[in-house]
Amino acid sequence: MAIESDVLVIGGGLAGASAAIEAARGGASARLVTHKENTLRNASGLIDVLGYHGSDEPIVEPFEAIPDLPDHHPYRKVGVDAVRESLALFDEITEGLYEGGHTETNALSPTYGGRVKPTSRYPKSAAAGLASRAEDTLLVGFETVTTFDAPLSAERLDSSVPFEVRGVTIPFPGEFRADARITRLARALDADELLDRENRTGTREALAERVSEHLGDAKRIGFPAILGDEEHREVRETLEDELGVPVFEVPMGPPSLPGMRLEDRLYEALETEGVRVESGNPVVGYTADEGRITAVSVDRGRREIPYHADQFVLATGGLVGKGIDSTREGVFEPVFDCHVPQPEERYEWFHDEAFDDQPYARFGVAVDDDLRPLDPEGDPEFSNLRAAGAVLGGYDMAREKSASGVSLSTGQVAGRNANEDLQ
Amino acid sequence: MSDAESTDEFEPVQVFPESEEMDLRPGADDCYKCSTCDSECPVAAVDDEFPGPKFQGPEQWRLKRKDDTETDDSVMSCSNCMRCDSACPSGVPLSQMHNTARGSFVENQMDKLSREYIRNRILSNYGTLAWFGSKVPRLANAVMSSSVVQTVNEKVMGITAEREFPEFAEQTFREWWSERDGATVQSDEKRVAYFHGCYSNYNTPEVGKAMVRVFESFGYEVMVPPQKCSGTPMFANGMLPDARRAAETNVAELSAAIEDGADIIASCTSCSLSLRQEYPELFDLEGIEDVSAHTYEALEYLRIHEDLSGALEESEVDPRKFAYHAPCHARNQGLAGQAIELLDGVEGAEAEDVGDSCSGISGTYGWKEEKYDTSMKIGAEMFHHMEEAEPDAGMTECPTCAMQMEHGTGYEIRHPLEVIAEALVE
Repeated sequence: MAIESDVLVIGGGLAGASAAIEAARGGASARLVTHKENTLRNASGLIDVLGYHGSDEPIVEPFEAIPDLPDHHPYRKVGVDAVRESLALFDEITEGLYEGGHTETNALSPTYGGRVKPTSRYPKSAAAGLASRAEDTLLVGFETVTTFDAPLSAERLDSSVPFEVRGVTIPFPGEFRADARITRLARALDADELLDRENRTGTREALAERVSEHLGDAKRIGFPAILGDEEHREVRETLEDELGVPVFEVPMGPPSLPGMRLEDRLYEALETEGVRVESGNPVVGYTADEGRITAVSVDRGRREIPYHADQFVLATGGLVGKGIDSTREGVFEPVFDCHVPQPEERYEWFHDEAFDDQPYARFGVAVDDDLRPLDPEGDPEFSNLRAAGAVLGGYDMAREKSASGVSLSTGQVAGRNANEDLQ
Repeated sequence: MSDAESTDEFEPVQVFPESEEMDLRPGADDCYKCSTCDSECPVAAVDDEFPGPKFQGPEQWRLKRKDDTETDDSVMSCSNCMRCDSACPSGVPLSQMHNTARGSFVENQMDKLSREYIRNRILSNYGTLAWFGSKVPRLANAVMSSSVVQTVNEKVMGITAEREFPEFAEQTFREWWSERDGATVQSDEKRVAYFHGCYSNYNTPEVGKAMVRVFESFGYEVMVPPQKCSGTPMFANGMLPDARRAAETNVAELSAAIEDGADIIASCTSCSLSLRQEYPELFDLEGIEDVSAHTYEALEYLRIHEDLSGALEESEVDPRKFAYHAPCHARNQGLAGQAIELLDGVEGAEAEDVGDSCSGISGTYGWKEEKYDTSMKIGAEMFHHMEEAEPDAGMTECPTCAMQMEHGTGYEIRHPLEVIAEALVE
């Protein structure tokens, strides 16, 4: 009856947020429902469009490579202009937080594992670390932050880039538990907590002091991405002032501070656009009438509450976000039970070598050019349902490095088309 | 049997002995250690000694499989805000694990004659205390607000002297209800049973009255069944036997109301969360699943079953700006945006969300002398945003969040139901 909106978006990651923002900008009343904390906290914060296709050589110009992708690839469904537009929207939302919009060429960002990765947009905090700058680099790790081994990372990087990379591991200044969360360390930098009340030395200054003795000839310094949460800009600036060289963050795994900063920015944008956001409960089913979805049901603990809308966007994520699930019998999309193309034989889901080109990585719903999921006969499952982001099949985001670009572009197109189709 | 046949009969290796009680093993196994819960935990954010929900839940559960391992006492520093539940991307039942660990710690490791135990027992049985207080409200208010009593409370009991004890109403909600002879609307089709909880009965009966007026204006027959504490403060203090005793009464009485065709309505979001989630997670009582499935927060219920937004669009209240704080327990039920969305439609009312931080009081937590500073540190972000919003009043659904908001900022705090009642009824 009463929980209504024009457009209902299911999923609160990059794809869902883009869809809801675009629909709201088009004039629709938009609502976004998301089950749990979204997976942006598990994401590096780098925005990849297309890093690899068909070879081990990184792609230099992703937009030029898009037309070479197979027909069923999500980028081919929305077209290269839509991908450009979605990045323009991203740039607008993340103004001051991200860089990379000045060029269509991929940047090469160092990873915490000591590789370089082609990416289209990167947090401002990572900018000084790009491989294209070709400046001698010092990587600094912390004894208790075991997920970043600076000497190992430096050794690997050093062997593949045309500049010198050294790594050191130091204790983080201050007294913390040996298993202190990285968010705790980030907050100590945010607040510039005083370590020494007499001399009034703050965490930032103390950190700079510890690093300075290792600086040597290095022209820039990289840290694991824990340099502050809300005050990250100030933290970095203080360190740069104290050390006299540019400072950058190396993107990390979960919980990822760059991912959390991006999440904050996206949710601010949703609020600005008037999107109603609800989290805490999953969408578990739907009602439909003559091929149109009339409502989805939200599971609020042992009862299902209908959410009505005119148009729906499915942006629940892939295998990690649980938008695609599997049993030993098959792979399925749990909300609408949209068709997920897959080999009948389970042994054809995968190849034996872990890093092979894995069929399961491409599992997801197939869509038409309007991004409507298709049934086994190739007809739209529902006339008012569109899918966006990792729930889509036909591409291997991990291998291609295309996750964020696909989410942003298909999200925006799904939101726009939903808005245009309002009855 | 050949090897090929046996592959489909996969059985996980039994690493741990079969659990005889609640089986929390699947929950522990679902944790992939992304630490999202730790990064969302308001206590861990300000208390370096607190190891965080990932430890309290899955890690401690595993450690405890060994017979000689005791529950770490840090579990008593968890405030049971339950934010970790909605943070976990992998569906680990963290609060259930915490409640279970805390219950076991209190039962097996806590000295029953210790000041902490006695204090916690009194705090978690607030309803009993309030029952006495409400018999002589003026005297009780005068006594509880005397600085001598506050000092004694702190020194002897470990209850902070920093807070003003909440005032008892001169007439409880139930007294008002029987004075007015119960329901003024009778209906066989639309019937709700009101779970008022302790606080809106003894301290803020105006919230209960607003609930009754709003529901009656939509044609509902309101029932007020006998009831005990929802258990929220007992869970948070590990007093599971007390909570279970209260649950036995509540489940029996509420089941009877459901039998009479009613759904259960609560105005306190911790009460509704407890009946919905903690009851079936922690107790196995006849009818408990049914009670869970029929329980709703008051405005949630109207939003689902009536055209509440439509009715509010034609309504008006005295122009006021509210700084709204969503209680963690409302957030867990997916209700965090509800009050703002509803009030946006009411002419005159302006509501600004003061952000997604925890208020820090978490029921009885912020009343404990040793937890008071932690509680205020957690609340600092909310106080700051409230002051920035420059409202005429604060607003929240949770009575203890309201105490904290008032304590930290001095603003008077209203319940959304009171404003909705003003819009629709008065």
